[in-house]
Amino acid sequence: MWRSCLRLRGGGRHLLNCPRGGLTASRGPGPKPPAHARAYAPPAAERKRFYQNVSITQGEAGFEINLDHRKLRTPQAKLFTVPSEALAVAVATEWDSQQDTIKTYTMHLTTLCNTSLDNPTQRDKDQLIWAAAKFLDTDTVWSPAPHLSSGSRMARPWHPAASLLVCILPAPGFSHGCRVEEPETLVELQRNEWDPVIGWAERRYGVKIGSSTSIMGPSIPARTREVLVSHLASYNTWALQGIEFVVSQLKSMVLTLGLIDLHLTVEQAVLLSRLEEAFQIQKWGNVEWAHDYELQDLRARTAAGALFVHLCSESSAVKHKLPQG
Amino acid sequence: MAALGPPLRTWRGLLRELRYLNAATGRPYRHTAAYRYLVKAFRAHRVTSEKLCRAQHELHFQAATYLCLLRSIREHVALHQEFHGKGERSVEESAGLVGLKLPQQPGGKGWEP
Repeated sequence: MWRSCLRLRGGGRHLLNCPRGGLTASRGPGPKPPAHARAYAPPAAERKRFYQNVSITQGEAGFEINLDHRKLRTPQAKLFTVPSEALAVAVATEWDSQQDTIKTYTMHLTTLCNTSLDNPTQRDKDQLIWAAAKFLDTDTVWSPAPHLSSGSRMARPWHPAASLLVCILPAPGFSHGCRVEEPETLVELQRNEWDPVIGWAERRYGVKIGSSTSIMGPSIPARTREVLVSHLASYNTWALQGIEFVVSQLKSMVLTLGLIDLHLTVEQAVLLSRLEEAFQIQKWGNVEWAHDYELQDLRARTAAGALFVHLCSESSAVKHKLPQG
Repeated sequence: MAALGPPLRTWRGLLRELRYLNAATGRPYRHTAAYRYLVKAFRAHRVTSEKLCRAQHELHFQAATYLCLLRSIREHVALHQEFHGKGERSVEESAGLVGLKLPQQPGGKGWEP
């Protein structure tokens, strides 16, 4: 339980930078929801699309986005500049694809850029690395469940009026999976799917990890932590923001590294991250408005984070092959 | 190395997503900056004669990641609008979610005028 709380705190941090209707500061605050709104009505604060054309210009600090004649700004009213053209194109596409209203919850790349530009939590590089590296202790792929059995997922507290169907859904914010000791089929599935990834990471970084089902988890050797931390230190701050974002989505450092080193695709990484949930879905059935909803959201966030890391850390120089005479 | 499938499939998938994005605005997707950028990138990194071309694999990986991003966002928004975007459900809808129906009383409940 304590682990989930930690993660909830980490996973919700990106929201800090994204006040509703406040992705840009080029206009006044959005319309306030009417006072007579019902308790559970969706927030009416989605702003209308106030621009027609989105374009990209190259400024001194990097690439900027223009909404009609206005320049896009961050929530702290800084000029929105990104270091790579591909990222600028992707962000511009996000803004251009908004239809009648601006749905900020679909603009993950813009959110990540805003977080990097504004740095609302005032963290420096070391703190970012630490935030990502602390997941090593509770990594989904090798840590045991804090509540031991996978069956406990069914007994998690939910709304008092929860029906039987709702009870098997994981509560939002819970970790996606952990090492379990029973049932046998799930143990085997985890061994078959997760161990190759751990093996790959051990070979790739020359470290020792191992997995454990004991309640304390494996004790990660100090050298492993040093190696991985120094590897993370080779990334710039922007990329580290993305890495920390992906780690807090997947709840796993190893899967994130696999994603960044082009070893796993986003779909594979997300599947491995929620392996236990996939197992339970196979057993108890899929619920579209919860399982699929979460799956697509997790995929979108993970893909956005991975793309952000790749686009921010690359230093591409195209070398044309000389024609052979 | 992650298995990504043929690059052409990724390219087609990206085009499909761009069409979805621009279907609402009514503008042809070929006029967007994203389309122009993707065409340029895919052309510049076409298969070379080298057996192992890391740059190409990297670009293909990024393209596949972007495709995953666009597709997941589209499906997430569709699910959001279907199930979560309308506020509180009525009693009938809530019952229908778990496969139940409210009882019908053909003669009315007795207190209607």
